[in-house]
Amino acid sequence: MSKYTYTEKKDTRSGFGAGLTELGELNKNVVALCADLTGSLKMNEFQKKHPERFFQAGIAEANMMGVAAGLTIGGKIPFAGTFAGFATGRVYDQIRQAIAYSNKNVKIAASHAGITLGEDGATHQILEDIGMMKMLPNMTVIVPCDYNQTKAATIAIAEHQGPVYLRFGRPAVPNFTKPNQKFEIGKAELLYTGKDVTILANGHMVWKAIEACEILLEKGIEAEVFNIHTIKPFDKEAVLNSIKKTKAMVCAEEHMLNGGLTDTAAQMLALNFPIPIEAVAIDDKFGESGTPDQLMEKYGLTSDNIVAAVEKVLKRK
Amino acid sequence: MENIQNLEKIASQVRRDLLRMIHAKKSGHPGGSLGVTELLVSLYFEIMEHNKDFKMDGINEDLFFLSIGHTSAAWYSVLARSGYFPISELASFRAINSRLQGHPATAEGLPGIRIASGSLGQGLSNACGAALAKKLNNDDKFVYCLLGDGEIQEGQVWEAAMFAQARKIDNLIAFIDYNKQQIDGTIEDVMNLKNLRQKWEAFNWIVLECNGNDFQELISTIKQAQKLSGKGQAIMILSKTEMGKGVDFMTGSHKWHGIPPSDEQLENALSQLEETLGDY
Repeated sequence: MSKYTYTEKKDTRSGFGAGLTELGELNKNVVALCADLTGSLKMNEFQKKHPERFFQAGIAEANMMGVAAGLTIGGKIPFAGTFAGFATGRVYDQIRQAIAYSNKNVKIAASHAGITLGEDGATHQILEDIGMMKMLPNMTVIVPCDYNQTKAATIAIAEHQGPVYLRFGRPAVPNFTKPNQKFEIGKAELLYTGKDVTILANGHMVWKAIEACEILLEKGIEAEVFNIHTIKPFDKEAVLNSIKKTKAMVCAEEHMLNGGLTDTAAQMLALNFPIPIEAVAIDDKFGESGTPDQLMEKYGLTSDNIVAAVEKVLKRK
Repeated sequence: MENIQNLEKIASQVRRDLLRMIHAKKSGHPGGSLGVTELLVSLYFEIMEHNKDFKMDGINEDLFFLSIGHTSAAWYSVLARSGYFPISELASFRAINSRLQGHPATAEGLPGIRIASGSLGQGLSNACGAALAKKLNNDDKFVYCLLGDGEIQEGQVWEAAMFAQARKIDNLIAFIDYNKQQIDGTIEDVMNLKNLRQKWEAFNWIVLECNGNDFQELISTIKQAQKLSGKGQAIMILSKTEMGKGVDFMTGSHKWHGIPPSDEQLENALSQLEETLGDY
């Protein structure tokens, strides 16, 4: 019997929508903007309940980010939502100058991130967004793993003073974390304790890491598994404590190897406690059309890939 | 109205300040800064209700956004002369460990600055956001924003123009510093803007025009804009200026966009500008 179970699959973007709706009641300063993707980001409920606090920005993301930055000056807490590709690469300079450098309290809500966006193909499948966002001083970068956690993260970041990049996705995935959980920004979440290897995962890869851990247990390998829902600030202490015990690490992420979770973890370990690391990530390739599951398989982002990476890293110990 | 002669005196001192600041660091943007001096002096010494005891949220105050961040030297002088920070601090312009960054920034906490600018095309969006926040806060004060004419070649400006009309932002008065020059030459040669009035009117803005180097005309035009506000439309004032205004050998040329005067040129320039309030 697995330690973690779920009764239904839900999309993380709906978790964002539910969190935003709840915030609408909790905090009168919360406002929302969307660039013509209100339905896709599940922002309709907030729009319906608080039309005076919702601003349709049209297909004009650069202006949306600038308007969001301006809204913070009057004490508002804007959530600016669009697809992750358009919420980062398209508007990098606006985020850099008006939000990150100016340290404005804007929450960037980035949906349909990664390869699981699926059939729309590589123009829409951003795999570099975390790298771009984590390089910006002042920016907090969060990648929750399921519906419940995305909802909790949405509510938590409204309380955090400063810019936040919140990344979530399109497909329905196992909803296994607790409803109404307390979301602690910057704190690695320990899912399994183990002595042989440390696995770090985030977003959609967390459930796959759980599956991998169960397979590894059957093989007699005890993995210590963390959900790194906050890439920046990175929970250095939790990870260092774990790898000092296991002396091997695998990172699993739905992102480009260059710039993502592996990149953050590897850099920290190289500087502090070098040990063998293997990655389950996309290595310098654009995506393509396909179903989310087909793409995860083709691009090597499955629980079997995590198991194989663990077996490989253990040989390097 | 503050007596025009007094505003002229302040403007002369601001011009001395910015030229001395740019000369001292051998870096900065004298041409545009000289051109927008009357506008900044009008806003801070005549038009805006503002508090020199700076609060970031600016609630119940008029707000100003400088989208053309490269004219920072003029803004810093006006802010210092308005009492936001010590006039002596102007000497730290563009220096290491200074609050007076090359382009305006919030990171060092300089009073009077609410958002960074410098990468062009962004200020009007920021001003739209601040104007919406004022509406949500039932704050009836104005938001002002200054753009450059070359700057509006940036696409984001037109996104903001559309947004302002769609969201009926009518507590916003924007200016284009219409000097018809940009770094590589005249606007006509580099990227012709053609009919600016028609462009902004097509975006459903109210458009006014004035001589932006003439206090009387500028102030009466802004007051007219205030009367036209609150009716569902944003207002654009085409403020026709001369780049390098106030210094004969700099006037009217894009060549002084981003180069400092030499020692002799500074001396010549300062001889044309009366020291009215005491140099920093």
